[in-house]
Amino acid sequence: MNELTDLTIAEALAGLKNKKFSATELTKAYLNKMEEGRRFNAYVLETPEIALKAAEKADKNYASGTARLLEGIPLGIKDLFCTKGIRTTACSHIIDNFIPPYESTVTQRLFDAGASCLGKLSMDEFAMGGSNENSCFGPVINPWSKDKNLVPGGSSGGSAAAVCAGMCAGATGTDTGGSIRQPAAFCGITGMKPTYGRCSRYGIMAFASSLDQAGPMGKDVRDCALLLNVMAGYDEKDSTSVRKEVPDFTKVLGQNVQGLKIGIPAEYRPDGLSKEISEAWDKAAAILKAHGAEIVNISLPHTKYALPVYYIIAPAEASSNLARYDGVRYGNRVEGASISDLYVNTRSAGFGKEVKRRIMVGTYVLSAGYYDAYYVKAQKVRRLIQNDFKEAFKLCDVILTPTSPVTAFQIGDKSMAENPINMYLNDIFTVSVNLAGLPAMSLPIGLSSDGLPLGMQLIGRAFDEETVFKAGYVLEQDAGFKRK
Amino acid sequence: MAEYVIETPKGKWEMVCGLEIHCQIISKSKIFSGASTEFGDDANVNVSFVDAGMPGMLPVLNKECVRQAVKTGMGLNAKINKYSVFSRKNYFYPDTPQNYQITQFEYPLVGEGEVFIDLKDGSTRRIGIERIHIEQDAAKSIHDLNPKKSYIDLNRAGVGLMEIVTKPDFRSPEEVGEFLKKLRSIVRYLGTCDGNMDEGSMRCDASVSVRPAGSSELRARAEVKNVNSVKFAMQAVEFEAKRQVELYEAGETMQQQTRHFDQTTGGTKFLRLKEFSDDYRYFPEPDLPPLVLDDEFIEQVRSEMVELPDAKKARFVKDMGLTAYDAAVLCENKETADFFEKAAKGRDAKKVANWIMGDFFAMLNAKRLPLEKSPVTPEMLGQLVDLITSNVINGKTAKDVFAIMAETGENPEKIVEEKGWKQVTDTGAIESLIDKILAANPDNVAAYKAGKVNLMGWFVGQVMKESKGTANPAMVNQILKQKLG
Repeated sequence: MNELTDLTIAEALAGLKNKKFSATELTKAYLNKMEEGRRFNAYVLETPEIALKAAEKADKNYASGTARLLEGIPLGIKDLFCTKGIRTTACSHIIDNFIPPYESTVTQRLFDAGASCLGKLSMDEFAMGGSNENSCFGPVINPWSKDKNLVPGGSSGGSAAAVCAGMCAGATGTDTGGSIRQPAAFCGITGMKPTYGRCSRYGIMAFASSLDQAGPMGKDVRDCALLLNVMAGYDEKDSTSVRKEVPDFTKVLGQNVQGLKIGIPAEYRPDGLSKEISEAWDKAAAILKAHGAEIVNISLPHTKYALPVYYIIAPAEASSNLARYDGVRYGNRVEGASISDLYVNTRSAGFGKEVKRRIMVGTYVLSAGYYDAYYVKAQKVRRLIQNDFKEAFKLCDVILTPTSPVTAFQIGDKSMAENPINMYLNDIFTVSVNLAGLPAMSLPIGLSSDGLPLGMQLIGRAFDEETVFKAGYVLEQDAGFKRK
Repeated sequence: MAEYVIETPKGKWEMVCGLEIHCQIISKSKIFSGASTEFGDDANVNVSFVDAGMPGMLPVLNKECVRQAVKTGMGLNAKINKYSVFSRKNYFYPDTPQNYQITQFEYPLVGEGEVFIDLKDGSTRRIGIERIHIEQDAAKSIHDLNPKKSYIDLNRAGVGLMEIVTKPDFRSPEEVGEFLKKLRSIVRYLGTCDGNMDEGSMRCDASVSVRPAGSSELRARAEVKNVNSVKFAMQAVEFEAKRQVELYEAGETMQQQTRHFDQTTGGTKFLRLKEFSDDYRYFPEPDLPPLVLDDEFIEQVRSEMVELPDAKKARFVKDMGLTAYDAAVLCENKETADFFEKAAKGRDAKKVANWIMGDFFAMLNAKRLPLEKSPVTPEMLGQLVDLITSNVINGKTAKDVFAIMAETGENPEKIVEEKGWKQVTDTGAIESLIDKILAANPDNVAAYKAGKVNLMGWFVGQVMKESKGTANPAMVNQILKQKLG
């Protein structure tokens, strides 16, 4: 670890404070790394001038002793977050020229705390996908790839790849069905999806409003805690954000887990789960047990419905949320003889295949005659899934599961390209958490026999990110995972 | 109650009609954004990122709009729902930038209520209210500036609306007209909507069907849109009911449909069949939590309620001795009622009412002035009535004084003083006037005494003329009678 870009945010903050290096040096190191790593295609827009200008200011603040919480920390921003004056596209052709005149609350909070923006990170178009192959800027390559190019996961694939390859100190992600946790697992980094309502959704292009939640993606657990400390908080501009005190999440790091009850859900060990993942799961449980935690077998009986419920509710909301991309006020327009032709031409040309598929599914499930059978039924099952967790948390304090049933797969995987259901199946361990609105973290536990990262997921009670951080930190200490 | 029946040589029919009225809520800012609701500003000036449907923007409910709708619900004697839910109504049109309207569907803010209307024949009818829900208004599309393009003014996009839905309780065009007037009066009293149908701040759609008189069946209905005045609403439902009767009598059927009222012809035109109408794919708005009202909020709104036209009318009849008709006229709008109450305070209310409904209204009409711009204040009108009551001037002089007040805005006492119009009530002065007239007209005196008693009027006229109108007519009469024996 002799490069500045190897430092965690915590280490970098200490170095900056002790004047071991300047924010400008740190920023330049990341900019170099970004140049070296262009083949990963993680960034869809680099903003070196903005980052360097921020670094200059950070250096002044360090000099004058007025440094803020994340002063001089260069971040990558998922391209779903609107950044004022910086092109924001959701990696969709339909708005690939959009420059927002406003800043998302989450990025505003980060920048107000002294963090800077290195650029915008690739993702699946409008956060729909689990491989980052649905970006209009082309696929992102997982830095763990050897002879064949692997996906970084998705939708926050650019964020995960950039953190993994040292092309940013940390990144923002969003998670609607696993979009922070699954790419974090594929790229061997740490990602945290907070409780629904913890972070403001203002200024984040909406995919599925009742499931979307922003969160940090970092090199380790502590970095995620440092980032979330700043990102979280009530925002009057988002009526679904929650007016709750945000604790200092770093305070719990290093606290012991003696007597903590760790739930192991039976339903997360389906027939055919790979032996490697099953063993990694056992290893994680053993680590926590060795630290005095108690392992409790629990049941989440409605787990098998989570995926179908998710793939009704998320597209339903998306079909409505994406209606505004119509070529009338902003974004690309393809003219037509009538207003409806203009809509059809613009949206046919602008949206990618997966987005179109989900808009159609969503439109279908909300249609008269189908609404009760699909949407209403799905909402009822969603409540059952929420109740599953409520019951489970009577028996345990935090739930441990694998993040994904698979490791990073090859770009252009045939079975998934041919049948999107195969792609959707990768979300089986993550979507329930979004349906229930709970906080969950993914962190690397080890490597597969192919040398690819394996991720573990810790799920907490609503607004109890602290227990997740505490248990995650213990796991991280003993897992001995070597970052890329 | 006189039944409204559509009678043809073939049979008797009655109409069944319900109304949906969209009322723009009076509030400083829009229902889901902080943009101003000012009417008449330059196009696209009062637009926030939320109103323009920009990516990542979220609605935030304006509590003032909720308060106004709850108040309106109370004014319509309706149930206030403590739990209501916002929904998205999905359809593509540039007047709604998100391409969905945020409205309420399954769980409206206000439930069932009622309004009583007075009809010409003296009867009273109860009209049931089905619900009131709140939602955002659409932008204004402008199609006539360019032959090939349409323009959008987003100033109106996101202004708060109350949609008031009635039960299908209307049986005549008169009831429709009276209801709209009553509703307009109520929302204006409450200050929740300005009720200007011509400016579009109150808009009405009417659902009309017909059935054989006396039957209780419900037939297919036509929803008539674009009825933007009380008169048009009455015309529209009357035309539509008659049109349907003709259809049925010609042996044809009626399909559920949407029609457009044509102001120039007074008729309705076919727009589309209901079965081909859009599927709005309603679902609960995930960006807004359910709206939950607590008792404290509801009680606070209740404490802000003002006296409504019905209650005021009853009070004017009971406590101030007005006729039901006069009270109804004065209570139609709150400003007039307030003006009356101020002017009538401590005075003969009936006299004051007569002045307001007579010379005062005539003056406003002639000058085309709204009440608030009247040169005559309620205090001044009250003083004028005082001058008559205390015999300082007579009724005829009072009309002249009022005419000057209307021109100059002067105080009546000052006018009477300056013009020297004070009534002569001194017996001696009147006697000498009379003596003068009698002395100058001995022939008529003789004729009167011989039995031509109807000359009395002539004598009175002569004396009044001599006094330049200032003599008290009652005293002139009395003294004349004495002198002529």
